[in-house]
Amino acid sequence: MRLILREALQSFRRAPLLSVLSITTIAFSLFTIGLFGLVAINMREALRDVGARVEVVAYILRGTPLESITVAAQDISAFPEVLAVDYIDEEQALAQAQAELVEFRDAYRDLRVNPLPASFEIQLKEGFRGADDVAAVAERVGGFGFVEDVRFGREWIERLDQIRNIAGLVGLVIGIAFAAVAVVIIGTTIRMAVLQRAREIMVMRLVGATDWFIRGPFLLEGAIKGMLGGILSIGLAYGTFLAFSRNTTALSGLVFFDPIHLVAGVLFGIALGLGGSLVSVGRHLKDV
Amino acid sequence: MIRFQSVTKVYAKGEVALQDVSFRVSKGEFLFLTGHSGAGKSTILKLLHAEQRPTHGDVRVSGFLVSRLGRSEIPRLRRRVGVVFQDFRLLEDRTAEENVAFALEVTGAKAETISSRVMRVLTQVGLASKMKSFPPELSGGEQQRVAIARALVNDPPILLADEPTGNLDERASRGIFKLLRDINVGGTCVLMATHNLELVRHAPYRTIELRNGAVVFDSAEEDRTAEAAT
Repeated sequence: MRLILREALQSFRRAPLLSVLSITTIAFSLFTIGLFGLVAINMREALRDVGARVEVVAYILRGTPLESITVAAQDISAFPEVLAVDYIDEEQALAQAQAELVEFRDAYRDLRVNPLPASFEIQLKEGFRGADDVAAVAERVGGFGFVEDVRFGREWIERLDQIRNIAGLVGLVIGIAFAAVAVVIIGTTIRMAVLQRAREIMVMRLVGATDWFIRGPFLLEGAIKGMLGGILSIGLAYGTFLAFSRNTTALSGLVFFDPIHLVAGVLFGIALGLGGSLVSVGRHLKDV
Repeated sequence: MIRFQSVTKVYAKGEVALQDVSFRVSKGEFLFLTGHSGAGKSTILKLLHAEQRPTHGDVRVSGFLVSRLGRSEIPRLRRRVGVVFQDFRLLEDRTAEENVAFALEVTGAKAETISSRVMRVLTQVGLASKMKSFPPELSGGEQQRVAIARALVNDPPILLADEPTGNLDERASRGIFKLLRDINVGGTCVLMATHNLELVRHAPYRTIELRNGAVVFDSAEEDRTAEAAT
């Protein structure tokens, strides 16, 4: 084991340029994936904010007894999809309208009778903000006898669904493409390192080293390179993230990766390094 | 120690390298393999350390049946068969000492025994004073001595030498040949492929001559025939 470690480390000493090249290649490949990942998680974050504004409004018939309304509000709160139910009575509705619809403020002020109905404003839990769930809740709420009408902006919720699906799909495809390119580039770099040491492999085989003994240093070397590349890519991504979030006010509230994502990134780097080495050395062991 | 039995070797491109070759080599014997380039000398050596497998027939080396050797058994065979080549095949970025030690390290020898074994074998080949030199700093003859030391350090009962003097001048060639003879005297079976007929003619060793992949002359057979005649 000590020998494997020594041989792996010596390869960095013997071919520093090639080692640096491999590490930066791995780092930049992972960095590209990382940048894309950052865009993806920030987009998801933004869509989540928009999604939080999805709500169902149920208008209540004038003259409905308050007890019925209270009981109904409790029922609706108990729906699995529902986050919160707000009861807005006629007075509050008028006050809200006066506050929000500035253009009609005068018209509302002169009213003798309040034309606005009372309503439930129903907020939905995350994960139940898709068009189908919202429609299902709306239908159930519409089932109460005293509910006159239910509104939930069907069109824009469907549009939001579409955007979410497209973003997810595009993200998946581009992510896979980037990862594939990274694997190919890293495999090539490691193969170069293996070719550079073809003579050593030949001698090892000649004197009767076992296959695993020959692979050992290369695998360790690949894993170390992958790890260093992974760490470097996180540094690059963080640098880019800082530069963006400091210099643009339009993109305030950007989020960076969770620690779990970062660990996964480094592990992915190690896996790439290991995989690339395994394939390259394996092919070479057959060749020599 | 070595037995070839009706061995035929056809390479992937259809080139027939050996055709129905049979011979035996006893423990501690010294054997020359001669013949023109492409006659099949190198193929015999490759079969002996499992770099190639026979297409037909059996090759037995030191208790291993090369024809049916599993991949994991190949390293065990190779530790019992030392090999040297015309082009030395040394690692140029390691000293003579490191080159020899490498062969022990990668076969899992105990670390504390390595330096004494390396020292012993480098002394045997006459290079103890140059153990810290890198191959490019050594002459061809000296490099071949390092390669021989590396081949011997695992104490193999068989040493294969593929044109070991091919790149060397007359004087260095004689030195290497003398070293191989000394090694043989020590009990190691030596197979030397060469087309240096000068060496062959003046040495009292068995010679097998190959032509187009077939044995055309075996001095041991001649001796046997001569004995039978008298």
